[in-house]
Formats: sequence, C-alpha cells, structure tokens
Amino acid sequence: MLEELGTNDQGDMIINVGPQHPSTHGVLHLVITLHGETVKKVEPHLGYIHRSIEKMSESLSYRQFSYVTSRMDYLSSHINNHACALAVEKGLQLEIPGRAQYIRVILDELTRIASHQLWWGALAMDLGAFTPFFYSFREREMINEVMEETCGARLTMNYIVPGGVMFDLHPDFQKKVKLFLAEFKSKIHEYNELVTGNVIFQNRTKGVGYISKENAISYGMTGPSGRGSGFKCDVRKLHPYELYDQLKFEEITEEGGDAFARYMVRIREMEQSMNIIEQLIDNIPEGDIQAKTKAVLKLPKGDFYSRVETARGELGVYIISEGGTTPYRIKYRSPGFSNLSALNDMAVGGKLGDLMATMGTLDLVIPDIDR
Amino acid sequence: MTNEELKLKIEELLPGAAFEEGTEWLTLNMDAEGFKPFAQQLRNNEALNFDYLFCLTAVDWKTHFSVVYHLTSTAIRHTLVVKVKADKNDPAIETVCDIWRTAEFHEREAYDLMGISFTGHPDLRRLFLEDDHVGFPLRKDYEDPINMIKL
Amino acid sequence: MFSLEKLVSIIQAWLQSTLGDPWAYIVVCVMVGVAAIALFAILGLMLVYMERKVAAHMQIRLGPNRVGPMGLFQTTADTLKLVMKEGLTPDGADKFLFNLAPFMVMIAAMLILAPIAFAKNFQIWDISIGVLYVAAVSSVAVIGILMAGWSSNNKYSLLGAMRSAAQIVSYELSAGLSILAIVILSGSLKISDIINSQADGWWIIKGHIPVIIAFIVFIIAVTAETNRAPFDLAEAESELTAGFHTEYSGMKFALFFLAEYINIFIGCAIGATIFLGGWMPFHIGNWEAFNHVMDFIPSSIWFIGKTVFLIFLIMWFRWTFPRLRVDQLLNLEWKYLLPISMVNLLIVTLMAIMGWHL
Repeated sequence: MLEELGTNDQGDMIINVGPQHPSTHGVLHLVITLHGETVKKVEPHLGYIHRSIEKMSESLSYRQFSYVTSRMDYLSSHINNHACALAVEKGLQLEIPGRAQYIRVILDELTRIASHQLWWGALAMDLGAFTPFFYSFREREMINEVMEETCGARLTMNYIVPGGVMFDLHPDFQKKVKLFLAEFKSKIHEYNELVTGNVIFQNRTKGVGYISKENAISYGMTGPSGRGSGFKCDVRKLHPYELYDQLKFEEITEEGGDAFARYMVRIREMEQSMNIIEQLIDNIPEGDIQAKTKAVLKLPKGDFYSRVETARGELGVYIISEGGTTPYRIKYRSPGFSNLSALNDMAVGGKLGDLMATMGTLDLVIPDIDR
Repeated sequence: MTNEELKLKIEELLPGAAFEEGTEWLTLNMDAEGFKPFAQQLRNNEALNFDYLFCLTAVDWKTHFSVVYHLTSTAIRHTLVVKVKADKNDPAIETVCDIWRTAEFHEREAYDLMGISFTGHPDLRRLFLEDDHVGFPLRKDYEDPINMIKL
Repeated sequence: MFSLEKLVSIIQAWLQSTLGDPWAYIVVCVMVGVAAIALFAILGLMLVYMERKVAAHMQIRLGPNRVGPMGLFQTTADTLKLVMKEGLTPDGADKFLFNLAPFMVMIAAMLILAPIAFAKNFQIWDISIGVLYVAAVSSVAVIGILMAGWSSNNKYSLLGAMRSAAQIVSYELSAGLSILAIVILSGSLKISDIINSQADGWWIIKGHIPVIIAFIVFIIAVTAETNRAPFDLAEAESELTAGFHTEYSGMKFALFFLAEYINIFIGCAIGATIFLGGWMPFHIGNWEAFNHVMDFIPSSIWFIGKTVFLIFLIMWFRWTFPRLRVDQLLNLEWKYLLPISMVNLLIVTLMAIMGWHL
C-alpha cells in the first residue's frame, strides 16, 4: 500500500488527512501527495461511513425508505425526505394538498438556511477562525427549535411522508419563524463583518480552488459549488417542484469559480431563502396536510426520477419499480459525491492550507458521499 | 428541444434505436457494443450537446445488467436517459469518464457495488469497500450471512 | 505606598545581617529561582484562564464557571489532569530529543525572564545588553520546536516544525528592527535605561508616527513569534491536526502549552517595557501635579496593566482572524513588514539625530 510509505519515489511526502482529522468534517480520508507544502495529488478513500442505504432501501417499503435517507445528508435531511416523497408521489400520481406544499417548501428553505449557517461556521473554523462558529449556531438554534416543535426532531426530521406531511404545524410555527427571520436579518451583517470582509479571509479564498464552468459541469458539480463557477444548476428554477414555479427568487450564480465565489453564493442564497419563506409564511392555506393514500403503497412498474435542490446541490432519487411494495432498485444521486470528485482537480497546485479552504467551500457531508 | 425532436435526432445517429414508451424523459435502450462512440456523439454533436451526466446507475436485472445514464444538456436543456445492457456473467461496458469526468467516481461506485467493469477506466478500484472484499453487495444474489438482516 | 523595591531591600538587608555575605547571595539566588518558577506556574494558570474567558465573551458564551468562584480553578484542575496523564512516547520517535524538546522550549522561555523589569528596581538581572539578550534567547525556542517536530517521527509534526522555523526566523527580523528603533531613540540597550528614558513620556507618545509604526510591527511580529493565531501555522489544527506537538501528551504537552503563554507574556512585557514605558507611570512633560498623582499608582501595577493590555490585544487577534496561508505569512514578512521596518528605522534614526522627538 502506497500510503504506508512515507514518501514516493519522487521524494514527495504522502500524508493521510483523515479519517479522523479536524477539517474533514467526519470520516473522509484523503491521501495527499505533498511536494513541500504544495499539493500534487488528492485521492479520496471513501467508505468509512458506507451503510449501503441503497441496498437497505430495497427491502423497505415506500413509506419506510425515506427515513433512512435522513441519515444521508444529515444537514438537509428534510430535503432528502422531500426528494423521496416526490419520487413516490410521481409514481402514484398524487396531488399534494396546498397546505402540505407550503409547509414543505418553508421547511426546505429553513433547512437550507440552517445548513448554510453550519457550513459558514465550519468554513471559518477550517480557515482558523473559531468565533464565527458560535455566531452561526446562535441563529441556527432558533431554526432547530422550530424544527423540534414541528417535526419532533432537530436533525433527522422524517416529517415528509408520501402524500403530504406527517402532522399539522405547531400553533406557534408562524410566530417563531417570523421571529427567526427578523432576528437573522438583524444579525446577518455580523456574518459579513466577521468573515466576508476580512482581508485574511479574502486572501485565503480568492483565486483558491478554481474550477472552470466546463469542468464543473463535466464533474457534475451542482448546488452552490457549481453555481460558484457560473453553472446555472438550481433545480428549483430548472425543474420546479411544489411551489417553486410560483415563487419569486433569484438563482444565485457567481462567475469566479474560486472558493470565494462559492462562499458568496451560499451567503447570498441564505437571503434568497429568507425571501422565499417571507412570501409563504403568511399565506399558508388551511386544509388537509396529507393526500388520501392507501395503507400499503404500490408503485406501478417503471422508472421514477425526482430531483430536488438540497443545500449541497442536486439530489436525485431514482426508483426502479417492478410493481411491488418495495423498490426494485433505488439510486441516490447525492450532490456531495459528485462535488468531491472534482476535489483533486481543484486542489492540485495549491498549498495545503488551500486544500482546507477548497474542501470547506465544497461543503462536504461525508454520510452524503458514502451513503 | 422536445422529446420528439430529440427522438428524430437520435434516430439519425443511431438507426433503429429502441425507445421506451411512456417515460418522463426520452429513454433509449441499447447494447454495450457501440455505446462509447454513441456517447461521444451525444457529447460532441452541436445539436445535442449533452454535457452533464447527472446520474449513473447500475441495475441488476436477473437476466442481465444495465447501466442507466441520465444525461442533460446545460445549454439546450433537454434530457436523455440511456440504458445500456451488459452481460450477466461478465458485465463490461466501455468507460465514459473521458467524456464526462464525473463518471470516474460513479463508475468506480458501480464497479464496487455492482461489479460492472468499465473497460478503459484509468483507476478502476473499489471505492467504498475494502480492496479484498468478496462479492458485489448491490447484486440481487449477494449473500452476507453476518451483516445482512433478512426482513 | 506598596512597593516591591522596598520589600526586596528589606529582605536583602535582613539576609545580609543574619547570614553574612556569601550565604546571603546563595539564599537570594534560590529565592529568585523559586519565585521565577512560581511566577511561571501562576502566569500559566492565569493566562489560560484569561484566554478562556476572553474567548468565551467574544464567542457569546460564558467560559469556565463551574470549578471554584467564576471558574477560577478550572485551569488548576486541567493542569492536575495533565500531570496525572501518561506521557506517551511514540515507538518510532527519537526518544532523547522527543523528551528533551519541551524542556528546551520551556527553558528558552524562562531565560528571557531575567532582564524584565517587573517594577521600579525590581529586576533579576539588569544586563547592559538587555534588549539584545532578549532578541537572542527568544530565537532559541525554535530549536526546541524543530526538535519536537523532527523527533516525533510524524509528518504532521515535521510540517509544523518546518513552518514554525521559517516563521520564527523571518519574524525575528522585524521584531528586532522595531526594537532597534527604540534603542536608537533611548541610546541604550539596557532595559533600565530604556525605561528611565521614558520618564517624561512613553516612547509611543514621544516618538510620533514612526514609533507607532514600529509598535504595530512589533505586535504583529510577537504574535507570529509566539505561534499565535492568525499566525498559528505551526499548530494549524485544521491543517496539521496539532502541528509540532501532535504526538505529545500529558505533562510534556502541558509544557508546550505553558511555554506558549509564557512567551506571550514575555513578548508583551518587552513590548510594554520598550514602547509603553514598562513600570514607568503615565507622565506628561512638565505637568508636575498630574505626574505626581500618577506616581501614586505602584509601578508594578503599571507594568502588569500594560502587559495585560497587550496580551488582551493578542488574544483579541486570535479569536477574530482566520489563519494566514504559509506563503502569505512569509510574503507579509519579507515583502511588507521588513521593508517597512527598515525604512522606519531610517526615519527614527533621522529623528534621533535631529532631535525631533519630544
């Protein structure tokens, strides 16, 4: 095994970053070839948290399998559930009640904000600034409280079920979400003052981890990482699901292609998400929260592919049904997996510190990559 | 481009192409032979310009394997699904990772979990599992008496 | 009025009268040694506590508040834990150097304590080349860090040590040059002379903008020399897990940790002495009444106050800024700080010759 040796035949140092390392955010294992401080090669070794969710889902019914997906990208578990529900609904050709759609979209966007907040703190931590982490958790806590009241969970929501949502909203929901919006709006300038405008931060991220638009598309980079290279890939705009075609929001793209561009996309996206929530929060219609479904769901024979925009990019749920109560084959096209594949291309030639900035702005969530 | 126009275009490239009916996106079934040149044309043909491979799935149909390529064009915004059939005993398909670089990881994943060998892949190793792992877990006939719990 | 000077002279006179000449000196030496070590322990504990409290309040949390009143004994408890832990030595390490390294770092830190004036006439060793001595000994610490990094037989440690060496060697230059600016103005390398030259006002006030520039350069260089964020590349925990002390545990780790805080204290004490007048109270030219009031505050309080203020500044940096990249760090030194301090030195020299300073 190459990584057991200290150096390769060109005298380059080979170091293992991970599976336990402060900035791999989980159990990512990178084998890095270093020439001095310059990165020559990055090779991800995956599988430390591989649970074979695809195989597991094959033996679970259409009502059950979405609960496993909460454990994929745990920071946008709500959106994962949403993708699963959409795929099943596509197969059953269900009409979702308006109230459920509103709830789903609001919670999706709240999840996105929470995920970006965590990312923001973690990125700053990767770059050596500890304080932002606490600032982002201050507001994230408010979202978690809303989630806790609504879904009964703070991380793995399991709230969206095929046909709608599991329970009705908590009576305080609107009040608390509005409180959060007001609070976050008044605090978001701190995010920019602490990190965005910092000279050291800008030097660390500008021109770092560059990837061109062509390469980003070729690598299948989606989400804010792809949009940082100017790749218009927001599923909410391109293939609108639920209410997204009726909402007014901008698709954020930046042309830089570097870590700073990816950073700015996420920061600006948080504002767009707030904008979306504001459009919906006062207009949640009354009515059912679930469409009428049979107790046992059976999908007709065929292929059903649903795409949603998670906080990290495009999540595809591809169900191949043979007409039974469980999927014959299910594939999760996770955004992190494709984004990670571009890491080598982005990090080569940079310094070791740049690799951390690049990884940080890719916003990798390891269970999402390994599945 | 609508599905009908796309269908005509592809029939020009691949006479006698077998399309599936009643699918959301235009779905094309084909054999592993001739897939690579066809894929290259899908990518390079100006009118088609499929530059974004957004999903690559390997499926174990008990009689054969198939690999499903979900392609889309970021410029023209049309989508095509190509299902490539592979042999049951010795599944091998030419790699497309020189056309769409995202395929490099996705093909390694398919090789790791489904055992489909992608010929010409620069670095076809197991991605998630140990290098000495026996068997391909996503296959329908995979047995693991210790770790798999039968419901 | 409380004064350390009086206390010392009383003790010294008493020892002289009871023990006679040679023995009195030996007892004084032992007392100084014990006092220095005790000071180290207390400094370490207090600075760690201060860091945690400062960090906590910058990070909208409370910090240690369970062990003892306001969490004051938290660091004591932590130290006890570290003392009781096993000090592991990795199998492939160079055992002798590995175990020696933390002591090297610690001894280097201890040596610089000698010429620091804690209060009026309260100084261990008023050496005539005081400032030069400080600059020379402070660069010994890098040998300990290199030792630790190399002997750990760990690639992260080695990378951290190499970074640290490059960093300390470069920042030594601008730290030295900015100290030199004051040496030129005061005309002496001796710490007590430098302090006495500030009796009619601190250099940072008397020296106009060039000294302020020198002060800023000095603070940056001290932050870098002590391997503190935003220059903590030697540790850079998000890149190198813990840098040069990755393999250290228990008390040996604690020594590195302690040495870091001692170094901060010493860097800030030197800064306070040279730029802010050390124990010298805040005096303004000929305002006799005002100066007299200022003199009522004990000189040790002045010294500690200024030092703690500088330490707070350095902590403030740490909890605010992200870390620099290694090439940016060296760029900052060689492309900006060094040329600036060289030109600045010229201006200061001109100022000293022409007598433009106050």
